[in-house]
This record gives sequence, structure tokens and C-alpha cells, in this order.
Amino acid sequence: MKRSRLFHILTYVAFAAFIGWSFVTGREQGVAVWRNFTTFAVTMLKLLPPAFVLIGLFEVWVSRETVERNFGHASGPLKYFWAVLLAATTVGGTFVAFPVAHALHGKGAKFSAVLAYVSCASLVMVPMTIIEASILGPKFSIVRLLVSVPLVILSSSLLGRYLDRRGYLLPAGKEGAS
Amino acid sequence: MQALYAAAAVSLLVSVVVDRKRTWQALQVTVRKLRRILPGYLHLLILLSFVLLVSDAMIVRLLGSANPWLGLGAGLAIGSITMIPGFISYPLAGVLVEQGVRLMVVAGFVTSLMMVGVVTLPVERAYFGTRLALLRNGVALLIALLISVVMGLAYGEWA
Repeated sequence: MKRSRLFHILTYVAFAAFIGWSFVTGREQGVAVWRNFTTFAVTMLKLLPPAFVLIGLFEVWVSRETVERNFGHASGPLKYFWAVLLAATTVGGTFVAFPVAHALHGKGAKFSAVLAYVSCASLVMVPMTIIEASILGPKFSIVRLLVSVPLVILSSSLLGRYLDRRGYLLPAGKEGAS
Repeated sequence: MQALYAAAAVSLLVSVVVDRKRTWQALQVTVRKLRRILPGYLHLLILLSFVLLVSDAMIVRLLGSANPWLGLGAGLAIGSITMIPGFISYPLAGVLVEQGVRLMVVAGFVTSLMMVGVVTLPVERAYFGTRLALLRNGVALLIALLISVVMGLAYGEWA
């Protein structure tokens, strides 16, 4: 833990030094990196607080039984339907999907459901797919979804089974109040 | 984004009305979780701000290679490194198609862009552990390749 903290701090210092040096010497690429950084930092700062408010509420209000019934060991194939539906409506894509997936798993969701959710959260977002169809044509979107979603479900199920058999554990120390 | 804020606000309001104490607990969970993962997101941002230096023109040149396998390889490689949100990547995909890049290459590119993220690994590792993060990304890359192959068949680009 201590070592990773040192690594974090060193990264920040190195980055700050690089940016500072770029500004002083007027290196355009460094300045462009800084512009990218601030643009995405603002996006992230807007996106994460409401997402984590919802995750906090989820941790406190949604019972373990509900999650287990729908995404847990007794849940059956319908869990993939819920996972895809949840993914399609997750705003913010992958950035938000990881913490949500972690919270779901913490409440008893199987690996297979969690993995299907995470992968689909970036693949089947509704607003994004509408943009896609309007730019590349509906046929492109339909082929992409028809191929990717079944493959994601199949691979998540296989990967989930493998992880269950190994008794894989997610990194400790980030469990929510459950 | 607005939908997210609306959902969070409404849920928070309902929660406060029903039980003030539990709402307070929920917000503590929010702050705690956010603080734990912030270094991961900060690393992601730093990596991302370097990666985005790659220009659209460069991507068009690499993906538009005359050899479909070369273009596909470049598409998958670039797509895997970078993590560009859909609202930026689809206009770029439109430009690629206009420039004559095959749809199968575009399909592999956008899919790996969405599903595979070396840049997002700092965050994914923190939640899933290194092993699962790598496994998931490997499988996702394979899926991107398969989608590309099928897209090539659907549009008759293999002939």
C-alpha cells in the first residue's frame, strides 16, 4: 500500500513537472497534453459525483437478496437480460460501469453477470447507438450488436465459470457498506 | 449527463424523505468510494491526455492501408490503447468511412475502442484485480476481431 502510494505521488510529480516544463519552454505538445487533461478532468468531475451518489444509495437501499435473486447463483439466464438492460441505460459508459459492477458483485452478483454488464455498458448504450446508426447506417449497428452481445454473454459465462472455480476474489478494501 | 443528474437528484430526494439517517450513510459510502478510486481515475486521465495527441489524420492513414489485415491490425491496436467516448469516436468513424476505410476495419476499431482499454487499466485493475482485468481485455479484443470478420462478410469486403 505504501509503495503504491509513493508510485502515485511520483507519477503526479512527474506529470506536473512535464507540464510545467512544457509551458516554460513553450513546447506545444506538452501544452496540448495539458489541454486534453483539463478537458477530460472536467468531464470526469461532472460525471463521477452523481454516479457515486447513486452507487452509495444502491449500497444502502438495495438488499443483498434482491441482487442475489436477479444476478446471483440461483438467477438463471434471465440475469443476462437484466445485465444488458442495466448496461444499456448506464450513463457514462465504462467509467461508471466499473464501480457499479464492483458494487453489484459485493452484493452477491455472479462474475458472469457482472462481466456481461461491464462489457455491454460500453457496447450497447442507447444514445450512442443512435448516433452510430445515423453516421454508419442502421445495418452496421444491427450487425455489430447481433454479433457482440451474444459473444459477450458467452464469454462472460465462460470466464465467470472459470473465476468461480478458481475462487477468484476481487481486490479487498473497497467493499461497500453491505 | 443531465439524465444522470436528474436520476441522482430524484433518488436522493426520495431517500431523504424516507429515511434521513440511511441517506447520510449512503453519502458517506459515496465519499469513501470516490476517495479510494480517485488515484485510479487520475492515472487514467494522465494516460488519456497523452494518448489523445494521436491525430485523426494519423488514424486515417494507418487504418486506410491497402492491405485489409494491416488496416485491421492497426485498427485493433489503436482502438485498444485509446479510450475515446462514443460521441467522439463515431464522427471519427464517419470520417474514416468517407476516406474509404473498410467498414470491417471501422467495426474492429470502434469495438476495441469501446471494450478494450489499456488506458482504463488503472481503474479496472483497482476494481477487478490485475488478472481479471487482463483476461477481460483479452477476451474483448478477440470479440472485436470477430465482429470485424463478420462485418466484412456482411458488407462483402472479403472478396
